Amino acid sequence: MTPFLVVFALFIVTPLVYSMYLSLFRNQLMGGTTFAGFDNYVTAFTDPKLWDGAGRVGLFFLVQVPIMLGLSLIAALAIDSGRLHGKSFFRVALFLPYAVPGVVAVLMWGFMYDDRLGLTGSLNDLVGFPLVDPYTKQWILTAIGNIVTWEFVGYNMLILYSALKTVPVEIYEAASIDGANQFRIVRSIKLPAVRGALLIATIFSILGSFQLFNEPNILKQIQPALISTYYTPNIYAYNLSFTGNQVSYAATVAIVMGLVTAVIAYVVQLRGTRRDV
Amino acid sequence: MAGYSYLRPRKSVTLTVLLGALIVYSVLPLAWMLFSITKTQPELLSSFGLWFSGPFALFDNLQQVVTHDDGIFVRWFANTLVYVVVGAGGATLLATAAGYGLAKYRFRGRNAVFATILGAIAVPGTALAVPTFLLFSQVGLTNTMWAIILPSLVSPFGLYLMWVFAAEAVPSEILEAARVDGAGEWRTFFTISLRLLAPGIVTVALFAIVATWNNYFLPLIMLNDPNLYPLTLGLYQWLADASGIGAQPVFNLVITGSFLTVVPIVIAFLLLQRYWQSGLSAGGVKA
Amino acid sequence: MTITRNRRVAVGAVATLLAVSLTACSGGGDDDGGGGGAEGASADEIEAALQEGGSITYWTWTPQAQTQVDAFEKAYPNVDVTLVDTTGAGDANTKLQNTLAAGTGVPDVVQIEYQSVPQFQLPGQLADLTEYGFDELESLYTPSTWGAVSQNGGIWGLPQDSGPMAFFYNQEAFDAAGVEVPTTWDEYVEAARTIKKNDPDTCLANDSGDPGFTTSMIWQAGGTPFQTDGDAVTIDLADEGATKWAEMYQPLIDDELLCQLPGWSDEWYQALGDGTIASVALGAWMPGVLEDGVPDGKGKWRVAPMPTYDGTPTNAENGGSTESIPEASENKLLAAGFLKWLNSSDESIKAFMDTGGFPATVKDLESADFLGYESEYFGGQKINEVLAAGASDVNEGWQYLPWQSYANSIYADTVGQAYLDKSSLLDGLAAWQDENVSYGTEQGFNVNG
Repeated sequence: MTPFLVVFALFIVTPLVYSMYLSLFRNQLMGGTTFAGFDNYVTAFTDPKLWDGAGRVGLFFLVQVPIMLGLSLIAALAIDSGRLHGKSFFRVALFLPYAVPGVVAVLMWGFMYDDRLGLTGSLNDLVGFPLVDPYTKQWILTAIGNIVTWEFVGYNMLILYSALKTVPVEIYEAASIDGANQFRIVRSIKLPAVRGALLIATIFSILGSFQLFNEPNILKQIQPALISTYYTPNIYAYNLSFTGNQVSYAATVAIVMGLVTAVIAYVVQLRGTRRDV
Repeated sequence: MAGYSYLRPRKSVTLTVLLGALIVYSVLPLAWMLFSITKTQPELLSSFGLWFSGPFALFDNLQQVVTHDDGIFVRWFANTLVYVVVGAGGATLLATAAGYGLAKYRFRGRNAVFATILGAIAVPGTALAVPTFLLFSQVGLTNTMWAIILPSLVSPFGLYLMWVFAAEAVPSEILEAARVDGAGEWRTFFTISLRLLAPGIVTVALFAIVATWNNYFLPLIMLNDPNLYPLTLGLYQWLADASGIGAQPVFNLVITGSFLTVVPIVIAFLLLQRYWQSGLSAGGVKA
Repeated sequence: MTITRNRRVAVGAVATLLAVSLTACSGGGDDDGGGGGAEGASADEIEAALQEGGSITYWTWTPQAQTQVDAFEKAYPNVDVTLVDTTGAGDANTKLQNTLAAGTGVPDVVQIEYQSVPQFQLPGQLADLTEYGFDELESLYTPSTWGAVSQNGGIWGLPQDSGPMAFFYNQEAFDAAGVEVPTTWDEYVEAARTIKKNDPDTCLANDSGDPGFTTSMIWQAGGTPFQTDGDAVTIDLADEGATKWAEMYQPLIDDELLCQLPGWSDEWYQALGDGTIASVALGAWMPGVLEDGVPDGKGKWRVAPMPTYDGTPTNAENGGSTESIPEASENKLLAAGFLKWLNSSDESIKAFMDTGGFPATVKDLESADFLGYESEYFGGQKINEVLAAGASDVNEGWQYLPWQSYANSIYADTVGQAYLDKSSLLDGLAAWQDENVSYGTEQGFNVNG
């Protein structure tokens, strides 16, 4: 316990506190760094760019996360049921995308999305009209969602699957003896057993959605005009800090978004645990 | 155990096919990668992605990867191993001990600790990168291996995962019983809890390994010396070499290098997965 | 090869002689040789510092850097140069900015793009090289590159290379579509139509919105949208040059005559090789990129002067960078010695040019060897004649913004939208203008856009 807290304090809490300190200043190319009190926070709360990004990741969370977790849950239950041919293969194959470094994953999908050379082009040729074009304003968020889903279905499946593995075999044995069928076992034993893990996965996904960064940021290099410098709050903070010389305001944006995310995660956590009791 | 229908269920073709669709989705991009590593740079750019084309250049590519820039790829590989063993190994140990402690011992301020941890991981790491960099450079840690290892020792996700795991997988009654039997806390932890926690620890370890293996943003900020780079950053550098004045496009090496980066993770997974195979926790309960 | 080797030996010998005599003269007075010395120094003192030796760090993304550093360490065996590859301009800026903010691990010599010089110079982060007598080197460099490193009364770096624009085209693709090389922008737009009509999968050029290209094009059209004088900044992205470019360029976007391919991607390289993209208008460093990255294009590519608006040759720079010394360097004297050698010695510049670098030094641009070089890749064309002529047509008076890298980062949010939506470039430029005015004001500048 203690070693963790020490390391945690040093490498997570200290930078965090330092960021809070930074957020009270203003950086200017001309004029240097001056104390600004809570000005940055006032600016942040009325900054249309920040809330544009926040709205986008909110939408992303509401749509992408349920789809991804649904797929993960189905896969975990299917693999755990023992009714699959070659279940180890399935487990490995589903998990594989998670092992692909994010940069590489986005590059691969970026290639396949390409209308001219990629698979999207082949698909559109097949149906005879432009069915999907991921590199348009209408599709780009879906395209990002697809990459994120691809990367993390296996990861979430593993969390859920290892939760299923903690169910003592005796319980299934007892249930079988009582004549419970597969669906009943799923409903009364398995689903309650994964509730805790599902909650973790949901909270991870909230964090992941609200901190969305890698995928859009790498796609931005391929399609700069489609993904703005404030596409997600995290991209916004990154650009403010790295190209905009506004480390302080970037820290403010990060803290505000951290608070929003923490509140949402906490509400989900509370609702999730209350149902348990 | 034989004879229980639950443990020997009928294999279902329908279910296999349904899940197969999901697998196709998962492996399609990987198939692209597999075909791509057999191609030369020009073929890579001009042929259909999901089939072989041109001369079979796999071995040539592999050889180029390990010899390009005086074999720096091998160096990056070794660095990554160090980061993973020390960083992810340490993170797993710390997260296991702390998560178990949080789940099984009641103490004042437990909820406060929980809220702090949740709050801390909710602040995007990319935005904390600059403050962390400024702090590290003040104590002279930037551009050293420690700059990568120390932050990766903290895995709040791991802690959280262990916490929930420990709460569910280690029944408090067993601990009580052990205490009544006179077993010390450490002995209880090592003889009973550790075995029950095994699937959880493996999960946490695997995630920590993958996270460290794929760590990209932190090294990008912290390191200048290519001799300290992990694989991800090295590959990114090769990719960046493909653009700008004096460009050296080596996409074939980037892709082959990526493939070599993925392989060890897959092997690690295969080695660790036996921990999920048989009902370890069930055995533990019986013991 | 033999000539080079002999000369290197000769240089070394002279240097040794010089060192002996210098040590004899200066006696014990070289105490501040390796020190921080903000005071500046004469050429003799710099040379003495080089002989005395020490170690410096050099951040660059120049591919030839290792060769240059090796040669330098041979000439000055007491100096140890640690080379750090900063992998491209974008990351290099970020890295330098962070390091300067932290104040530790600051490099002694660092490569900076011309467009980013004001960004580091204005906050006082670069050393004024006038103190080392570098103002005397002015005559060595082309006016436009010298202009990029000298501003606000100081010298902030020595030019490494230059990028006067030129029109590179694929002769085979032009022949296939029956297109002549355009000499005016009107002909350029017509050529784009003809090529598209001939084969809809091909195009004259690719452009999905690139700030470096846009600013160079405005520069070429005679615009000077950014003017800085101390903290007073004028932004006018609707000036005559900007408007001229936008009006000429708009039909290319409206009628979808351009390939929407991002530059430097694998597809881009491929498209340059197979004739999908028939031309590029970029800096004079482009031949090296084509030779290395587009082997399939060998023998097909040619180069011509940039198209003009009214027949009068005008040109702009595109890309290129300088090496500078951060004010926070702890070894400026030695750094100055290395920098001077790096960007003004024959040996170093030759190493740079041998592998495709395009120099900024007048002497090399005018040398008969250079101009007479027949490029095999370009079908035997004497490409440097065209490129060097372009260098002398560059419009004077161009300046970048003191926050150009930020301005470039928000380019896609504003002007880039015109490419995406086929909307008005002028509106996009106006939006870019507004964002920059408000950012500049926030940053404490006196902006009268």
